[in-house]
Amino acid sequence: MTKQILSRRSFLQASVAAGGGLMLGFHMPVALAASIGPRPQSTTTAVGTEINAWIVIDKDGTVTLRIPHTEMGQGGLTSVALLIAEELNVDWSMIKTEWADANRHLRNNKEYKVMSTHGSQLVRLQHPHLMGAGASARERLKQAAAEAWGVDRSQVEAKLGVLTAGNRTATYGEFAEAAAKVTLDKEPEINTDPAKWWLLGKPRQRLDIPHKVNGSAQYAIDTRIPGMVYAAVKASPVPWGTLKSYNFDAIKDRPGVIAAVPLKAVPGKRGQPDLQDAVAVVADSYYRAKTALELLPVEWEFGDSAKASSEGYFAEGHKLMEQKGLVSGKEDPKAAEIIAASQKVVTGSYQRPFETHARMEPINATVHVQPDRVDVWSPTQDQSAAVLLVADQLKVDPKTVYAHTMFLGGGFGGNGGGGTGVTRQAAEISKQIGKPVKVIWPREEDLAQDKQRPLAVAKLSAALGDDGLPTALFTRAVWFSQDGMNQIGGATADYGIYNIPYKIPHRQHERHNAKTHVPSSTHRAPGANQLGFMAEVFVDEMAIAGGWDPLEWRLKMTEGLDDWQLVLKTLKEKSGFRTDLPKGEGMGVAVVESHGTIAAACATVTVSRRGRLNIEKMLVVLDAGRVINPHTATEQCEGSVCWELSHAWMGGLELANGRFINTNFDTYNLLRIDQIAQVETIFASSGGKKWGGLGEPAGPPAPPAVANAIYYATGKRIRSTPFRSHDLTWADV
Amino acid sequence: MQFTLNVNGKAETVDVEPETPLLWVLRDAIGLTGTKYGCGIARCGACTIHVDGQPTKACQLQASAAVGKKITTIEGLSKDSSHPVQQAWVEIGVPQCGYCQSGQIMSAAALLARRKNPTLPEIEAAMADNLCRCGTYQRIVKAIRRASEIAQA
Repeated sequence: MTKQILSRRSFLQASVAAGGGLMLGFHMPVALAASIGPRPQSTTTAVGTEINAWIVIDKDGTVTLRIPHTEMGQGGLTSVALLIAEELNVDWSMIKTEWADANRHLRNNKEYKVMSTHGSQLVRLQHPHLMGAGASARERLKQAAAEAWGVDRSQVEAKLGVLTAGNRTATYGEFAEAAAKVTLDKEPEINTDPAKWWLLGKPRQRLDIPHKVNGSAQYAIDTRIPGMVYAAVKASPVPWGTLKSYNFDAIKDRPGVIAAVPLKAVPGKRGQPDLQDAVAVVADSYYRAKTALELLPVEWEFGDSAKASSEGYFAEGHKLMEQKGLVSGKEDPKAAEIIAASQKVVTGSYQRPFETHARMEPINATVHVQPDRVDVWSPTQDQSAAVLLVADQLKVDPKTVYAHTMFLGGGFGGNGGGGTGVTRQAAEISKQIGKPVKVIWPREEDLAQDKQRPLAVAKLSAALGDDGLPTALFTRAVWFSQDGMNQIGGATADYGIYNIPYKIPHRQHERHNAKTHVPSSTHRAPGANQLGFMAEVFVDEMAIAGGWDPLEWRLKMTEGLDDWQLVLKTLKEKSGFRTDLPKGEGMGVAVVESHGTIAAACATVTVSRRGRLNIEKMLVVLDAGRVINPHTATEQCEGSVCWELSHAWMGGLELANGRFINTNFDTYNLLRIDQIAQVETIFASSGGKKWGGLGEPAGPPAPPAVANAIYYATGKRIRSTPFRSHDLTWADV
Repeated sequence: MQFTLNVNGKAETVDVEPETPLLWVLRDAIGLTGTKYGCGIARCGACTIHVDGQPTKACQLQASAAVGKKITTIEGLSKDSSHPVQQAWVEIGVPQCGYCQSGQIMSAAALLARRKNPTLPEIEAAMADNLCRCGTYQRIVKAIRRASEIAQA
């Protein structure tokens, strides 16, 4: 029973009972099917007739929607259901949902098209086939009714689960079986015009919330199956070090200890996350496994990687800024020439450290290897990748591997590719021990061995003309990542600098792909999250050097780009941005496009004379084209801002002697409740053909907006993060 | 060692090393997985429970030290998610990934048990140990204020 049956009916009804008038409605839970039981042979709990892979309708009209995507906090479960229900036209309060079956998806040639949930793509890119599934089912129901009633399909109306033609009427349930047999001549078009939506576009409560206030939501780490044992794992503290030896005898008599299992590295390739050299201790409880592991004598060999450090990478990065890199896009030699000859040049060097996902749910996986089948419970953003990953590790047919979808205790880009090497570890250990095993990385292991956000350095130079506006811009950036940012793809590696919209006559951007032994991966808003800071702080430097108000500069430099103008004008109107606040107070702006969405931020800060920073308010204005659920969209913007400010203000994962040294929440600092800003989100939607993402884009403009505000408050220009490492003291002059 | 704990009003007999953190006893021995592991060093609050009504980090409390005390986990906060904090959490739509929310709710419930109308600094002080990576903090503040209203309605 890994299915989670979620019904909106319960809290909607309760909301009426409570008197209404509340933003999203109370809930009084009914029976919640939210436990982990024995592995389901059948992966569906839906009752009724399957119209297509996404939709099951019972005779009584109950509609169950199958959700192929992951719910990691972004509201994806609800978004998928909304997209299908909009076209199917069913009573939103009556729908049920269950997770789609990844094994079926792979067996039937990717039946659900895409199961991965990443890149703010769920609504942005998957809406055509999700809405299409709803539309197709609706038309087949209409066709079935039309045939039974002897009328043309165009005369049948389908609305809120009821079919009507003249004085005839029937529920969807009555024609479900007949509809399942209908083949349409042509699949219907979907309706992408927000003005004609009946369900989408209004704030909707999330389907998962009732499970998340009473402890019943099941995450992979909560998996409990009969006969299960537990493993704690330690990989080489310096990534890619080799395991030389360990002394199991030293711990074998401890209570509950079952075995120590050595794990060998698998060199990483895209889609098959790496397994590092590691040793696992298996016991009958996690506490016993973890305690025994801490006492296990282990010897590693690190090699030259043990010399690496954050400081060393920064020095190397700044050196690379003086060397030619790979040109992104078109080469424009005039950019450098104009700057070399210019009387008025602005230059800034920037750097940002490694950061880590630190999902609240530590990295874990449970795998049960049996002779005829393998079951996987993994906190992955891609169930189908988890199936393939485990099949690859065990060299078994993917058709015999079943991944069970669980709620994720955070995603943020870190759980792609099937759930990282931990899933391989669990598969390997279960195979060797012959029992189901739950592997949990202790938090220290989670922070040290996660796939990190790469350290980055950039240098930007511009020549200014007589009007104070840039005539040329020359930029270089470097990422330190395991395989030169290939893991996040070339395009996004330039996000934030290369894709700035500003009309500068001559531009050239170059990228260095510096290597490190540190495994890296996508992090929320990859590329834009690091480089967007550098570009947008530099924009303020250019604007101020040229005598421009930074917001007016951005408006001027995006003239003719309607959506950028809409976002920036809305920001100007709603923020009351000004540059003449008393010292100690400041406002700052920034705008970054990522995942098809333009996001602008205005930060209001105060800095005390002793240098204490307070971020009073963040206003974010976004153009994602259209917004299907303003409630979850707003949450994502609040969360993205908080995510980026956490890194920019408090963060910084430090590498010394080849290993990360601040690996728990006493030393790797995250934003806490007494440090947050009030985030206000405004959607300035341009409509048109734009379907932008919203899970990530609000984050990248937040740190540069704050840094730019700090400049106005203190006169100090911040070119690196975390802000906490800067002396922000100031005095009246 | 075998001993009996009073968890959510029920006697639970467990057989573990006495120094085992209560967190793992709740999760692995008793099967109450609503209480979460986050850091193991009392710096994230995901394992917050009530011990004799006091908000307590279960990862730092030895199980044997909890004998004779009244332990309440998220599963025991109310029978039907009707505690004012749970109602407010649903109404405001606080959780995103939800992993930290058991701890957040238990900390908030303990705060409201001792302060009917907490001020913002009191809310921040009471909740500062509870990390949320999704950034639900501003909704948590709003929901605690709403819970305070619901409790007094």
